[in-house]
Amino acid sequence: MASRRIWGLLTLPGVAWLAVFFLFAFYAVASVGLGNVTELYQPVPHWNPIDWNVGYLWQAIQDVVPGGRSWDVFVRTIIYVVVALILSLGIGYPVAYYTSRHARRWRVLILVLLVLPFWISYLMRMFAWTNLLDSNGYAAKFLGFISFDGLLRSLGLLDGTNWLGGQHVTVIMALVYGYVPYLILPLYASLDRIDQRLIEAARDLGAPPVSAFWRVIVPLSKTGVLAGVVLIALPMFGDYYTPDLMSGSPRTSMLGNAINGYVQGGPDKSLGASLTLLLAAFLLVFMLYYLRVLRRDQETA
Amino acid sequence: MTAIEAPVAASRRRVSVREWFANPWGKPRFLAIVTWLYIAWSLLPVLLAIRFAFNSGRSRTSLQGFSLRWFTQDPNLSVLHDPTLMAALEQSLELAALTMLIATPLGTALALGLQRWRGPLATSVNTVLLLPLVTPELVFAVGMFLLFTTAFGFIGLGTPAQVIGHVTFCLSWVVLIVRGRLVTIGRDVEEAAADLGAPPWEVLRRVLLPLLAPAVAAGFLVCFALSIDDFVVAQYLASGADTTTVPMRIYSQARNAPTPALNALATIMLVVSLAALVLAWLAFKWLSRGRSAGIDEFAVGTLK
Repeated sequence: MASRRIWGLLTLPGVAWLAVFFLFAFYAVASVGLGNVTELYQPVPHWNPIDWNVGYLWQAIQDVVPGGRSWDVFVRTIIYVVVALILSLGIGYPVAYYTSRHARRWRVLILVLLVLPFWISYLMRMFAWTNLLDSNGYAAKFLGFISFDGLLRSLGLLDGTNWLGGQHVTVIMALVYGYVPYLILPLYASLDRIDQRLIEAARDLGAPPVSAFWRVIVPLSKTGVLAGVVLIALPMFGDYYTPDLMSGSPRTSMLGNAINGYVQGGPDKSLGASLTLLLAAFLLVFMLYYLRVLRRDQETA
Repeated sequence: MTAIEAPVAASRRRVSVREWFANPWGKPRFLAIVTWLYIAWSLLPVLLAIRFAFNSGRSRTSLQGFSLRWFTQDPNLSVLHDPTLMAALEQSLELAALTMLIATPLGTALALGLQRWRGPLATSVNTVLLLPLVTPELVFAVGMFLLFTTAFGFIGLGTPAQVIGHVTFCLSWVVLIVRGRLVTIGRDVEEAAADLGAPPWEVLRRVLLPLLAPAVAAGFLVCFALSIDDFVVAQYLASGADTTTVPMRIYSQARNAPTPALNALATIMLVVSLAALVLAWLAFKWLSRGRSAGIDEFAVGTLK
C-alpha cells in the first residue's frame, strides 16, 4: 500500500502542472473568446460557462466565411499549406526513400545531415534566406542568372523583382524549407521498416520496378506519409513568423498573422481568442489523428 | 569513330536514357542526386549565414574579408558590445537552463508514477500528456498569454511566465524519453531489489534512478534544445526588452537593416546548441557504460 502511495505522489506535481498550465490555458482561450470586453477593449473572461457570450465567436465565424474579413486570409492559408505539403512530399519522399533503401555506406552521414537542421533555430534558418534573397543576395543573383525569376514572372507567379516583397512563391518556398526536415524523418522511419523481401517477392513474381514501387512500397509507407504530413501541417497552420520574415506584406498574411495581429497587436483580443478557438476546431481532426499515431507508437514501444 | 560505330553508340545512349526515364527507381542515381541536392539546399544557406558573421564589412549579403568584428571587436555593434544582443543571449540561456532544471525532474517523476499507475484516470492523464505534442504552438501560446494576462495576472508576463510556458511543452518530451527507458529496463531489477527487502524509496533512489540516468541526461538535452529554439511561446509571454530571446531578436531585426552582428548572434546560439548536443551524448555514453551486461549484478550490488 505504501509503495502505491509513493508512485501516486510522484505523479502529483506533473499532473497538477499540466492541469493548471496546459488545460487551464485552453480553458482561458474559451473563456476570453466567449467572454466580453471593457470599454477600453480589455478582455473580461467569463469563467462560468453559463455566462458564455457567443458574440465574438459569431463575429469570428462570420470573418472566415465567404465575404468575411478574414476569408481571403483563410483561403490563402489553405492554399499555401496544401502547396507546401505537396512540394515537401515531392522532396521528402525521394530523400527518405534513398536514405532508407540505397544509401548504403553513406547512410549514417546522410542521416546526420538530415537531422542537423533540427539543431539550428528555425528563425535562424529563415534569417539565412533573408540574407540570400535580398536583391544583392547570392540566391537572388543566382536565380536571376538562370532566369528563374523571368520564368516565374511570365507564369504570373512573381510580381516585380523583389523576392522578399510580398511574394507567394517565397513564402511557400520558406514553409517547405522550414518544415520539410520534420517530414523526412517519420517518412524515413516508415520506409525503413518495410521488409526488403516484400519488394524482392514482388519483383520475382514479375512486377516491373515501377509497379512494385506503387503497389508495395507506397501502400506500406502510407501511415508514415500521413503522420509526417500531419506533423508539419499543424505548425504551418499556426505560422505567422515565416510570412513576416519572408515578406512582411499583408498580401501574404496567413491565419496565424491574423490571430497574432488581434491578440498581440490590436484591441480585439477577444476576437483573436475566438479565431484561435476556430483554428483549433479546424485542426482538431489532424490533432486527433496525430494523437492516435503517438499512442500507437507508445503501445508498440 | 567509324561511320558504322557512331549510330550504334547513339542508339545505345538513347535506350539508356529511355530506360532511365522508365525506371528512375531501378538505379538510385536520380535519387542520389535529389538527396544530395536537398542536403545542399538545406544546409548551404545556414553555412553562408554563418560565414557572413565573420565579414569584416557591414554586408550580410556578400563575402567581405574575414574578421571577428561582429563578435567582439566592433566597439558598439558587436555582440559583445551591443547590450540588446547580449541581453537576448543571456535571456535565452537563462530560460533554457531554468526550463531543463524544472521540466526534467518533474517529467521523470511523472514518468515513474505513470508507469505503475493503472486505471481510467491514468489513461486520461496519458492522453493529456500527449496533447502538448499535437497542439499547434500558436494555439498554446495564445492560451498561455491569455492565462497570464487574466486569471494568473499576479504572475504576469515576463521571465517566470516564459519559463512556465517552456516547462509545460517540454514536460511531455521528458516523460516520453524516460518512459521509453523504463520499458527497456523492465520490472525484474526493481522486483529483485524489493524481494531483497528494499523499501520503495530505496528502490527508486538506488536502483531506478541510476539506471534512468542516461534518459534523464537525454531529457535535459531535449529541454535545453526545445527552449533555445522556441520563438512563439517566448514571444507571447515576453514583457519587454529585457525578456527578449535570441529568436525574438532575429525576428525583430531580420528585416530591419541588420548588421552581421545578428548573424554572429545566431552563430553563437548554433554553437551553444551543438555543444549541448555533444555534451549530452558524452554524458549519455558515460552514464550507460557497461549497462547492457550485468544489470542485475549491478542492481543487487548497489544494495549491499
